[in-house]
Amino acid sequence: MNAVENTVVNTAVNTVDAIKSVYKKSRARANTAIGALAVISLILAVLSIMLGKTIYPLDQILRAIGGEEIKGVTFAVMTLRLPRMLTGLLAGAALGVAGASFQSMLRNSLASPDVIGVSSGSTAAAVFCLLALRWSGPAVSFTAIIVGLIVAALIFLLSGGGSFGGGKLILIGVGMGAKLNAFISFLLLKASEYDVPAAMRWMSGSLNGSKMSNVLPLAIAVAILCPASALLAGRLKILELGDEAAIALGVEAKLTRLILTLSAVGLVAFATSTTGPIAFVSFLSGPIAARLTGGGRAGTLPASLTGIVLVLGSDLIGQFAFDTRFPVGVITGILGAPYLIYLLIRSNQKGGSL
Amino acid sequence: MESVLAVREASVGYGGSPVVKGVDFCIPSGQISVLIGANACGKSTLLKAMARLLKPTSGEITLNGTRIDKISTKALARQLGLLPQTPIAPEGITVSELVGRGRFPHRSFLRGFTKEDYTAVAESMDSMKVSDLADRSVDELSGGQRQRVWIAMALAQRTDILLLDEPTTYLDVAHQIEILDMLTQLNRSRGTTIVMVLHEVNLAARYADHLFAMRDGKLAASGSPEKIFTESLVKDVFSLESVVSPDPVSGMPMMFPRGRYHSESILRKNI
Repeated sequence: MNAVENTVVNTAVNTVDAIKSVYKKSRARANTAIGALAVISLILAVLSIMLGKTIYPLDQILRAIGGEEIKGVTFAVMTLRLPRMLTGLLAGAALGVAGASFQSMLRNSLASPDVIGVSSGSTAAAVFCLLALRWSGPAVSFTAIIVGLIVAALIFLLSGGGSFGGGKLILIGVGMGAKLNAFISFLLLKASEYDVPAAMRWMSGSLNGSKMSNVLPLAIAVAILCPASALLAGRLKILELGDEAAIALGVEAKLTRLILTLSAVGLVAFATSTTGPIAFVSFLSGPIAARLTGGGRAGTLPASLTGIVLVLGSDLIGQFAFDTRFPVGVITGILGAPYLIYLLIRSNQKGGSL
Repeated sequence: MESVLAVREASVGYGGSPVVKGVDFCIPSGQISVLIGANACGKSTLLKAMARLLKPTSGEITLNGTRIDKISTKALARQLGLLPQTPIAPEGITVSELVGRGRFPHRSFLRGFTKEDYTAVAESMDSMKVSDLADRSVDELSGGQRQRVWIAMALAQRTDILLLDEPTTYLDVAHQIEILDMLTQLNRSRGTTIVMVLHEVNLAARYADHLFAMRDGKLAASGSPEKIFTESLVKDVFSLESVVSPDPVSGMPMMFPRGRYHSESILRKNI
């Protein structure tokens, strides 16, 4: 009898060790990926400030940021490059987190806010304000945020009020996006050609003309909403098992999803109102981060870092890799489109569930 | 401590007319209870209500005298576990991680996995014989293995009561027996109260300590299989003519349907 009990105890101990080693391995891989992403983000951020018509050395840049007046450097760094870098960094983080939240919540990589029309809402509102109402400045951004939230609410209502039947919500979102894009095209055709360039900025996301005054609202939104999403990350992992299993495990499924949705939509709306829709960043960040960290869906931190790398990296490519300067949204669009096509093909092969 | 789950005059539905109509019973503690009945008789709906996935439109469901919707969902999750019919395994998740998620109701904010958490996960995996699969991805497992992993996850929750919604669906007969044997073992060794919905009535009669037979959203009969599982019950609940006789292995009642084309031969043999 004793011998039997001993083997039972030993098995449990062996199993504990096996489990620990699995957890350790997956944690180690995730930490390595997060570390690497953080280092790349930092390098890209530094490059964004150093590079330009003139390349400034790091010590001059640091002194300029510290408040010292250096001829040429202070203007270029403080007025042009630093706001640009900060805007890219914050928008990247916001889009990355928002996309990963949506994709985990709906258990579908296609379900990112830019694919399902949430960002189109903000863009359409901004273009309408600029072209039809001839507004400018913060009023445009504010309207873009509000309309982004309204469009998101509309998509959720039409798809069955929070029952989150994955495919249905995605199809309604794609339809909503198409409608909004048609509306944008209509506005552009009716507008006088002098106004169109200002509107174009809103249509392909760009970091051009980023201002320090626009950084602050976005920074506040990111500082509140990203941690909010991170706090709920543990619950989100349980939600991935399906609503019934999640409730059985003690997660308030509806409340958790409501808060996550609000913070993700808020992040997208604030980012879009600052930079215009930077194509596919929220769509790509989650899956790339998940591939790097391993195991299922991406966490908040790796997704935000991946967003930063995508935006800052694409902006540098757009600025310096070609003879003409391209806005960041064009580059991310070129990166994202093939992945979208790949996902659509793969979901068809898996048996047509979107 | 024994936990008592009671259904008091409960009606449950999905909006519209109720599917479960004023059912009243108590789940016997420390036993295996099985809900049986025809399709759409309300047995799964009732199980969902007992797991607080659906709220009764009237009546109430109580755990040790307290209405389950008045207990915080996380506190309830430490006493009452549920394995849904179709839980979703996230892509690429390993067996250890999935079973580990069963510890959620016991974990507190920002605290890592404790020794107790590891022990619970390991023991659950051992008892479901999935320890060898610890580092495997759930996607790669066979149906029977996957179901054992899911039950291990529910076990890691360490609840006194475990509800299972058709735990043997989609499994071949050998794996059905394997799962039911493991659940019996769990009930005998830990005293866990088990409540499950089963489609296969003969397995229900074999494994249940207590049967709840439902018809049209109401309780048609309840009691031990030896007492209530009769030809007239099968006729009443499934509208099926049958012969019920003790099964040669366990001596529990077993049902043989007559059907339209084979009843003659049974009669002839009986004569």
